[in-house]
Amino acid sequence: MLRLPPFEYLRPAGLEEAIRMRADAGPAGQFVAGGTDLWPNMKRRQETPAVVIDIAALPVLRGVAAGPGGGLRLGAGLRLSEVESQRDLLAAYGAVAHGASTISTPLLRNMGTLGGNLLLDTRCNYYDQTFEWRRSIDFCMKKDGDTCWVAPGSPRCWAVQSSDLAPVMVALGAEVTLRSTAGERSIPVAALYADDGMKFTTKRPEELLTAVTLPAPDGWRAVYRKVRRRGSFDFPVLGTAVWARLAGGGPEPLVEDVRIVLGAVGSAPLRARAAEDLLRGKPLTEEAMRAAGAAAWKPAKPMDNTDLTLGWRKDVVRPEVARALAELL
Amino acid sequence: MAPRKPGKVVGTAYLKVDGPDKVTGRTLFADDLALPRMLWCKLLRSPHAHARILAIDTAAAAAMPGVKAVLTGRDLPTPFGILPVSQDEHALCPDRVRFIGDPVAAVAAETEEQALEAAHAIRVDYERLPEIDSVQSALRTPEPLIHDYGDAGNVHKRIHLEFGDTEKGFAEADEIVEQNYFFEGNTHLPLEQHASLAVKTPDGKLCIWSSTQTPHYLHRALTKVLGMPAAHVRVVACPNGGGFGGKSDPFNHEIVVAKLALLTGRPVKIGLTREEVFYCHRGRHPTLMSVKAGVRRDGALTALHFRTQLDGGAYGSYGVASTYYTGALQTVTYRVPRYRFEGLRAFTNKPPCGPKRGHGTPQPRFALEVHMDRIAERLGLDPLEMRLRHLQPANSLTANFLQVGSMGLGKCLEEVRERSGWREKHGKLPRGRGVGLACSSYISGAGLPIYWNALPHSGVQLRLDRSGGVTAFCGATDIGQGSDTVLAGCVADVLGIDPLDVRVVTGDTDLTPVDLGSYSSRVTLMMGNAAVEAAERARALVAGAVAEKLGVPAERIALEDRRVFDLEDPAKGMTFQEACIAAEAKHGTLGTVGSYTPPRSPARFRGAGVGPSPAYSYQACVAEVEVDPETGEVKVPRIWIAHDVGRAINRTTTIGQVEGGVYMGLGEALMEEMAYRGNRGVVHKFPSMLEYKSPTTREMCEVETILVEDPDPNGPFGGKEAGQGPLLPVMPAVANAVFDAVGVRVDEIPVSAPKVLKALQRLAAGQEGRYGPAGLPAADYGEVTRVLPPWEGGDGRDMKKQEVGAGGVRGHIPGGK
Ligand SMILES: Cc1cc2nc3c(=O)[nH]c(=O)nc-3n(C[C@H](O)[C@H](O)[C@H](O)COP(=O)(O)OP(=O)(O)OC[C@H]3O[C@@H](n4cnc5c(N)ncnc54)[C@H](O)[C@@H]3O)c2cc1C
Ligand code: SF4
Repeated sequence: MLRLPPFEYLRPAGLEEAIRMRADAGPAGQFVAGGTDLWPNMKRRQETPAVVIDIAALPVLRGVAAGPGGGLRLGAGLRLSEVESQRDLLAAYGAVAHGASTISTPLLRNMGTLGGNLLLDTRCNYYDQTFEWRRSIDFCMKKDGDTCWVAPGSPRCWAVQSSDLAPVMVALGAEVTLRSTAGERSIPVAALYADDGMKFTTKRPEELLTAVTLPAPDGWRAVYRKVRRRGSFDFPVLGTAVWARLAGGGPEPLVEDVRIVLGAVGSAPLRARAAEDLLRGKPLTEEAMRAAGAAAWKPAKPMDNTDLTLGWRKDVVRPEVARALAELL
Repeated sequence: MAPRKPGKVVGTAYLKVDGPDKVTGRTLFADDLALPRMLWCKLLRSPHAHARILAIDTAAAAAMPGVKAVLTGRDLPTPFGILPVSQDEHALCPDRVRFIGDPVAAVAAETEEQALEAAHAIRVDYERLPEIDSVQSALRTPEPLIHDYGDAGNVHKRIHLEFGDTEKGFAEADEIVEQNYFFEGNTHLPLEQHASLAVKTPDGKLCIWSSTQTPHYLHRALTKVLGMPAAHVRVVACPNGGGFGGKSDPFNHEIVVAKLALLTGRPVKIGLTREEVFYCHRGRHPTLMSVKAGVRRDGALTALHFRTQLDGGAYGSYGVASTYYTGALQTVTYRVPRYRFEGLRAFTNKPPCGPKRGHGTPQPRFALEVHMDRIAERLGLDPLEMRLRHLQPANSLTANFLQVGSMGLGKCLEEVRERSGWREKHGKLPRGRGVGLACSSYISGAGLPIYWNALPHSGVQLRLDRSGGVTAFCGATDIGQGSDTVLAGCVADVLGIDPLDVRVVTGDTDLTPVDLGSYSSRVTLMMGNAAVEAAERARALVAGAVAEKLGVPAERIALEDRRVFDLEDPAKGMTFQEACIAAEAKHGTLGTVGSYTPPRSPARFRGAGVGPSPAYSYQACVAEVEVDPETGEVKVPRIWIAHDVGRAINRTTTIGQVEGGVYMGLGEALMEEMAYRGNRGVVHKFPSMLEYKSPTTREMCEVETILVEDPDPNGPFGGKEAGQGPLLPVMPAVANAVFDAVGVRVDEIPVSAPKVLKALQRLAAGQEGRYGPAGLPAADYGEVTRVLPPWEGGDGRDMKKQEVGAGGVRGHIPGGK
């Protein structure tokens, strides 16, 4: 079987100890929560931290509390199965619960956490491979090599942001709280991500993600749709999160404001701004939905590094965006 | 001769003998085994698809902590391979690597981590050679040779057979229908990864436990490569956690741990990673095909011409047989009066292909059944009624001299027509929904063994004693298909006891008589017949003794419900145990044997070794699909499948095999593919269970299984195979249903969403609504062997030989083996 490399395993008793341990470990350290991303990556030698600090059991990361202004503050250590099943609590945040429920398998959701999901390593099928496999292609830029095999000649890595909850959180305008020995800060989830397969997060390595704060449910609606090969297990090859404020009832309400965010088509969640602009201030007709799909199709730039073909992954942006908008109603 | 009538066991849904252990997690698979002082083995594999090995430096590895031995190709110079004509593998590559994953060196160390670290410390210098990634490039690149044998350049095998004058047949046709098809390679994906544990016993002999479907052939390969007397090698096949053909070859890792155990004197174990299982492969050959059919207006075929081009991967494996199989079974379902087959297999720098469930026949079956759907469409006929009209009759010879016995395909077609509501659905469902039909057939074991000889294919030994206990010994291997349960059931049925009263000992070359292995759907028929023979002999011993005791003629003795009694006065009798005591007293120690050798095939031409079987199973399948016209995504909510099994020995396990076949077929139909990166030296694109897409329970459809029981004279109780045939019709049924749903043809497996969408986009743009290969690269299939079909006076020999006279029969190599 695949075996883990040797490393030092630390289990802090509290938050302060956790961030101190992380500061002490320096670049050789890494947090682990559910480990569903980190352990496989370590087995494949994509990541080889010498010190792993396990934060999964910290009670302070596992709470759900009222956030400022009527929002909701979710501990980063909540298991995905908790996120998906707290339906009462999340009645107002159906897109979050649904997004969580589409992640991988029930077993993985019992281990994987909310924080780990947002900080999941970017994915690429030249990279998510064993050491032996990667050696046979002379490695790649993201780990141990120089070239990006998806786009040779490219100065950057195009590994895919594959978290299901990332586009949902960006669409909702949620915030994350980050903490280190240097202090605490809160930033919008949209600002957590950078469009680079290697430096895909703006979080400083020593910062601990402690909570995700959802905005107050004051009349907006949101949906999440996921395209994947199978009904379980699979990462998204396209995630479509839509958030909107609609005015007036009826079959074709007016779009006051809207955010459309695509997942898994780039190294960061992608705002389909042109599509949003088409919709804003107009009735949400079937034709408008189709036009928005076409507008979102343009900026989507899948590369040949996930399941299915890139042409198809781009093509399905059109119907998926249109269908997500229809689901709002 | 009519087959034996079932007693109280056969035909029921009796308990699986290994069921309780399996469901409570107590079964010991090879990877569960551990012995004191055991060492761990790791293989160093090639990072290049094609290269010469210039030098190997193992000094650093040998000096690492915990390392007890390091092996390279020099330590195991003798080649091996499953077929006598393809002895082209080495346990460790001596001078050349042929695919990424080919093993080069091996380490045995105290822990698996140490073995891995040491393997990484081995330095190998390679000189890279041009890589071949497809049949096309193999045909274009005759040099450098991947192997120094084969029919031409990098073409491993060429076949050209013609049964009757097909040109004449095409001239007589009202319509000619031609098309090209492609079937992508896919793999077995058993849940259990291969594992082996070898030990040198105190008397200097070798014992190996392994996840193998073919302990007998592993035994042969070990004997050959290690140069040990066969009697000093013991192979124990552990229960397999799935095989599907992926554990039917003798494997390099098995030979390596055996060698390391002999060398170190300590037990040595290896457990492959999932990635390494992808490198063992031996799965479905990617196959390009062209089909030309001449038909009359009523759908009758006048001639059929099939061409197949197989991408064989880096080694021979079963490939020669696989290639013949892509041409062999087209004739057993519908009447084919004249038939021509051209096939070739090319070597490429990928993991070797071989026998996956259906072995060489799913690809042409897909092409043929989609072709039949096309023919019906062209002629304006219902594809089901058209097939019904032209079935190959029972008890007949085909154009290529296959002897068909029982033939329940007509019944199968009627069953699925009624159950699925075919008449109300086909061509009548709203756009986006459709139904498709396909039929198929499979052998119940190959008529000839891999090594030609006059020995039985399966043997069963029974031991009975005064405890009333019955032990059945057989070399067959339970790979989850339920062969242990069939063995117990056949014996128990004849002896009138419960299957759970029988102890089965299987798959152990020291303890059990030879059975060739769990491949080619041979076990139920062959082991079953041997078991029935052994049990009938045991029954005669027991009945004889009881008859004497009761003072009645032996013919009046019945064995039932653990009792042996007088049929005319059932109260007069004794328990089975008392009967065994009487028999042991009368005859001495009790033991019987049974064996089975298939009947001789009437086919005598070169290449006739592949295709003949004691009995053929038949299937008809209707798939219902939902196609998303905007994305091309295909869902299969339901499948109806009727399977002519001759006689279900155990109803539940037979249905289990059918459902398992449907499940595996669904994966092949919709998503599974062995894909490689041409741009990175033919590396496997995703050797993992996450990215090699295979259906989950979410994708699995409802299956309605209908067992058609038309007992075959050659089967035990009339039984035929169930392990492979039911997979075959699923892929074409799905493809045909997609056409019914949205009017496009995907002539390529898998029928994945991007292909369906592409075909839909073409249709919308006014082009042909089709996705599939344009043609086959030009190739030479070698000199034709012509055989006259039976109805044209043929006698099964090729025409040249016929002209030469009867002496020409000599020297024929059955199946090219
Ligand atoms: C087979 C399989 C299928 C999967 N399918 C999906 C899928 O469909 N969709 C999807 O979105 N994901 C999927 N995943 C990825 C993963 O399981 C989930 O994203 C999960 O939520 C990760 O959470 P974790 O707690 O297990 O992360 P971990 O593995 O513990 O951590 C992941 C990363 O985040 C860091 N980290 C974790 N928590 C914190 C924190 N609080 N503060 C700072 N850093 C932190 C770790 O250091 C690590 O770098 C899949 C994984 C597997 C193995
Ligand atoms: S996108 Fe390029 S650099 Fe990034 S992981 Fe994939 S191959 Fe490597």
